[in-house]
Amino acid sequence: MPAGMKFELKTGVATREAFGKTLVELARENPDIVVCDADLSKSTMTHWFAAEFPDRFFSCGIAEADMVGIGAGLASSGKIAFVASFSCFVLNKGFEQLRVTAAYPNVNLKVVGTHSGISIGEDGPSQMSIEDTSLACSLPGFVVFSPADEVSMRALVRAAVQHVGPVFIRAGRPKVPIIYSPGQQFEMGKGITLIEGRDVTLMATGLMVSESIKAQEILENEGISARVIDIHTIKPLDASLISKAASETGAIVVSEEHLVDGGLGVRVAQVVAQTNPCVMEFVGLTDYAESGSPEDLLRKYGLVAPNIAQMARKAIARKKKNKS
Amino acid sequence: MTHSKSLDQLQAIAKRVRRQIVEMITTAKSGHPGGSLSAVEILVTLYFDVMRHDPKNPQWPDRDRFLLSKGHAAPVLYAVMAEAGYVPADQLNSLRKLGSIYQGHPDKRFIPALDASTGSLGQGLSLGLGMAAAARLDKSPTRVYVVLGDGEIQEGQIWEAAMFGAFHKIDNIVAIVDYNRIQLDGFVKDIMELEPLAAKWQSFGWHVIELDGHDIPALQKAFADAAKVKGKPVALIAHTVKGKGVSFMENNPKFHGQAPTAAELEVALKELA
Repeated sequence: MPAGMKFELKTGVATREAFGKTLVELARENPDIVVCDADLSKSTMTHWFAAEFPDRFFSCGIAEADMVGIGAGLASSGKIAFVASFSCFVLNKGFEQLRVTAAYPNVNLKVVGTHSGISIGEDGPSQMSIEDTSLACSLPGFVVFSPADEVSMRALVRAAVQHVGPVFIRAGRPKVPIIYSPGQQFEMGKGITLIEGRDVTLMATGLMVSESIKAQEILENEGISARVIDIHTIKPLDASLISKAASETGAIVVSEEHLVDGGLGVRVAQVVAQTNPCVMEFVGLTDYAESGSPEDLLRKYGLVAPNIAQMARKAIARKKKNKS
Repeated sequence: MTHSKSLDQLQAIAKRVRRQIVEMITTAKSGHPGGSLSAVEILVTLYFDVMRHDPKNPQWPDRDRFLLSKGHAAPVLYAVMAEAGYVPADQLNSLRKLGSIYQGHPDKRFIPALDASTGSLGQGLSLGLGMAAAARLDKSPTRVYVVLGDGEIQEGQIWEAAMFGAFHKIDNIVAIVDYNRIQLDGFVKDIMELEPLAAKWQSFGWHVIELDGHDIPALQKAFADAAKVKGKPVALIAHTVKGKGVSFMENNPKFHGQAPTAAELEVALKELA
């Protein structure tokens, strides 16, 4: 979309809900799809699959390590196995199993972590998954998807089924704005430029994509031309799109609902350092958060458009200083 | 593979496998002889008398699956697979060397005929149950055999898996506990006691068969009986001797994870002649 055109950003369904619905649609077409859940199917939205395909649904109880192993075993025997839980539980409690029974033998396992980030709100830090991207990206062979809205989630669940190999899909709890029109095409590993711009690039994933769009509006009103890019695939990363943004705008702000250490930002910085070094700023978390409403939390921890815009101004100032 | 081997023939294979184990670990200068030797009859009986498999068609979808969850006993698996014709016997002594298909722990990337890459303890039973569940969905005759170490079942994931197997009534799996009573740090009873072991598995909803894990006819009967159990998974508690067949290794915690010297190998091979 060229600068000047406005995104409506109407509220849509949560990405977890889009996942659950797409899973059922795909399962009707593909009898090889099976699902494991660890007593959270009403939250991960795999309960729709369980109701329609009870024989292909495996209740694992509250036992994430076993669930990952069961899923890996199903996948080793030709199934397209999904394992779903809160992101913090499946990634943290199942990590060693993801490493040894999924990544190392490159098994066709699809891991879905819902309730990622701090936007789960009131439940607090023990349930907030802010290390999952780092963990999932550290596993060789894993593809890592982080969709921003229901349209991208639907497309990326399909992409996960088509891809042979382990995939992690990061999903969120709250309803989120719709960014894409229904016909939008998504390609694994290819970021999407949502708004063109020259002065700075706002690169984001998940919930921070809509906030970056809002930040672009703030900046545009100040006469700053900001490019907005959705990185829906964190691994493999779209190195050519990133290096192009680095060379053309000379300043990048990466925003994510995740710890800055080990998240999308450092992965983008690696590409930037290897291609066209430029000024970078990072919007993300540096520590565990707390209980509160999602809106209050996102505001307090800076995961909102005004802070992204502020980081963009800072990046542009640094860029100018470097030039002078 | 059709099985028609006599007891004498199976025992002769077991003896050759034992010789290979001590030779390959001595050549590698590291490895786990004790827990490899304790599992010899279990694997020989499975590969040469029980499992439906075809070394000429290792990816046959309806084959039975074998998972060495106690992956550190890799030498016994390699030696048995070599006997069966899956992998070259003349390269067994490359164990643990750079470029060898005989990795320190079983690795599917190097031996595609393996059903699982293992080595991190506690994970094989979940994996095997997933495979068994897939076979049930596919209405396949596949049965799954998982060999667990006794120390290994101190891992909590084993008991998560045990609950899963009974709850989902997965009856095409047999877990075999190689109960040699020794783990790395010493005797199991001194590290983390497992008893009452049969009662534990029973209380988790498994059909339990206890037997002498070196008695091939007893193993044959147990696997045949296990195949008749419906609606429940089966646990075989195989009482074994760590280091079985080599006098100075038997019941000796030192040989959990230590290679014999050249002189010790000579003695071992004489005893296994």
